[in-house]
Amino acid sequence: MSTLSPVSPAPATGTDLPPERSRPFSRANLAQTVVGGYVPLILATLVVVLPLLWMLLSSFKQPGEIVTTDLKVLPQGLNLDNYRVAMTTVPFGRFFINSLIVTTVGSTVKVILAVLTAYALVFVRFPFKNVIFIVILVALMVPPQVSILPNYILIAGIGGKNTLWGIILPGLGTAFGTFLLRQHFMTLPASILEAAEIDGAGHWRRLWQVVAPVSLPSIATVALVTVVSEWNDYIWPLIITDRPETMTLPVGLTLLQNSEGNGAGWGILMAGAMLVIVPILLVFAALQRYIVAGLTQGSVTG
Amino acid sequence: MTKQLTDRRAATAVTVTPGRRRGRWSARTRRDFIVFLALALPNLALIAVFTYLPLINNIYYSTLDWTLGSASATVVGFDNYINFFTSADAPNVLGTTATFTIVTVGGSMVLGLLVALALNSKVRGTTFARSAVFAPYVLSGVGVGLVWLFIFDPGYGVLSWLLRGLGQQSPQWINDPQLSLVMVIIVYIWKNLGYCAVVYLSGLQSLPKDVMEAASLDGANGFRRFVSMSVPLLSPTTFFLLITTMLSSLQAFDLIRIMTPLGNGTSTLIYEAYLQAFGAYNRAGYSASISVVLFAILLVITVLQVRFVERKVHYS
Repeated sequence: MSTLSPVSPAPATGTDLPPERSRPFSRANLAQTVVGGYVPLILATLVVVLPLLWMLLSSFKQPGEIVTTDLKVLPQGLNLDNYRVAMTTVPFGRFFINSLIVTTVGSTVKVILAVLTAYALVFVRFPFKNVIFIVILVALMVPPQVSILPNYILIAGIGGKNTLWGIILPGLGTAFGTFLLRQHFMTLPASILEAAEIDGAGHWRRLWQVVAPVSLPSIATVALVTVVSEWNDYIWPLIITDRPETMTLPVGLTLLQNSEGNGAGWGILMAGAMLVIVPILLVFAALQRYIVAGLTQGSVTG
Repeated sequence: MTKQLTDRRAATAVTVTPGRRRGRWSARTRRDFIVFLALALPNLALIAVFTYLPLINNIYYSTLDWTLGSASATVVGFDNYINFFTSADAPNVLGTTATFTIVTVGGSMVLGLLVALALNSKVRGTTFARSAVFAPYVLSGVGVGLVWLFIFDPGYGVLSWLLRGLGQQSPQWINDPQLSLVMVIIVYIWKNLGYCAVVYLSGLQSLPKDVMEAASLDGANGFRRFVSMSVPLLSPTTFFLLITTMLSSLQAFDLIRIMTPLGNGTSTLIYEAYLQAFGAYNRAGYSASISVVLFAILLVITVLQVRFVERKVHYS
């Protein structure tokens, strides 16, 4: 707010006062900061945090604390019964391991493929590079949801139903990672590669000893965005698995929902939701800078 | 960045020239050819098989009268499309898709802009608030859907308790098809508005400071500056968000599946395609035709985006 502004920010201060410069701690200025700055900020944060807090609190509540007419905000104690029931009703441990395998293998392969393809597109001579780049750009825009049925028929046909590789395989090709890393590799100064070339380093060494190390933040961005989407992926694992042994966490949570869908089961379902949500929430809390940058990619350059 | 780009182009041109003189298929060219394919082919093959091939197969399946899992199918041409558009469900599905898309896109963009304005204020705690607001966007739709289903529960949900406190009965969110749609829309906006807020925030922070200061010196107050300067200057951001949120709204699946498994009142094109193939009927051909319709809509939106970006490039 400019102090030169002829429009007083708080006209209600009274007419008898001479028009004065607003001081940092004047009452009008403080009121404005609180109403204009903190209130909307706190409101927005609460709208997001409260439902998640409710999930946490409810996951410790016994059926008697949930099926009741008077609301109890806090659970009676840190009772882990719901977690125990959730993990014995359905094989949650198995789901967790499956999700870990799918996310780790899927993300690792995707990131490696993205690095290799992006390097080839930027640093290796090839006659049809532009055509290939357009092929990747178009693939980036093809919505995965419309490919579900043909991919199901393909994967089920080669025996991939109810297998972990059947969950992982169709998602391995990566247009997003390739695109993002290619854009980054284009900005690298040519001089660092020339030095390596003069030293006699081949493409493989140039890639892993020069390009990859200086591009770590971009690679981390691609890796984290991939981890988040692999962990949360739902429609594909839902379709390709119908046996608990190969289900991932989100699909397993649907199974739990089917068996605990009555009022008394809410505490158990919230415990299940915690097991799906909290790992990603922790990753996000630790590395949110990369994740936000990767997911909002294109907004600034677009 | 642009300078580095031109630098590297120039450098490439210099290193390329001696290679060219040795002839088109010199040993070095051939080696580069092989290196390129070795590095890029696995990824490109996967993209071809699991992204491009399904598009063609979908179109082919959509011409079949085919039950999923059955060994035989008959070619029926456009019958699946005709059946879909003349079915009693078509107006519902198309209407639900339109309502869901328009309200979620409009809602998350307007609320996102308001939250972005709050995040843009010069007070402490904006960094934390920014992360908190963005968090739902990265969380599992299944987990989030369950949490909100509990909140909306007419018997034991927080919302029903709050409404009882006001002397109201909780609406039947689950059984009433129209209220189901309202419920899913609210949760979808909750999950996605952080994305719009963060994108709008970066738009707001890249507004030219001198222009905004000049306007404020000219006596424009905060609201005036926002309406006649920020909003028009943010129009590229708005367009970008319009396209990206429209594309993701049209593909929304997780929340609908968890909160309303039967699709009662919430069956959008993508959900109808899922129900027809993987629900009770196993109508693969019919489902494929709905997917093709959805893909055509998504394609039109994407082409619009590409054309707009091209025009913007020409202006600058």
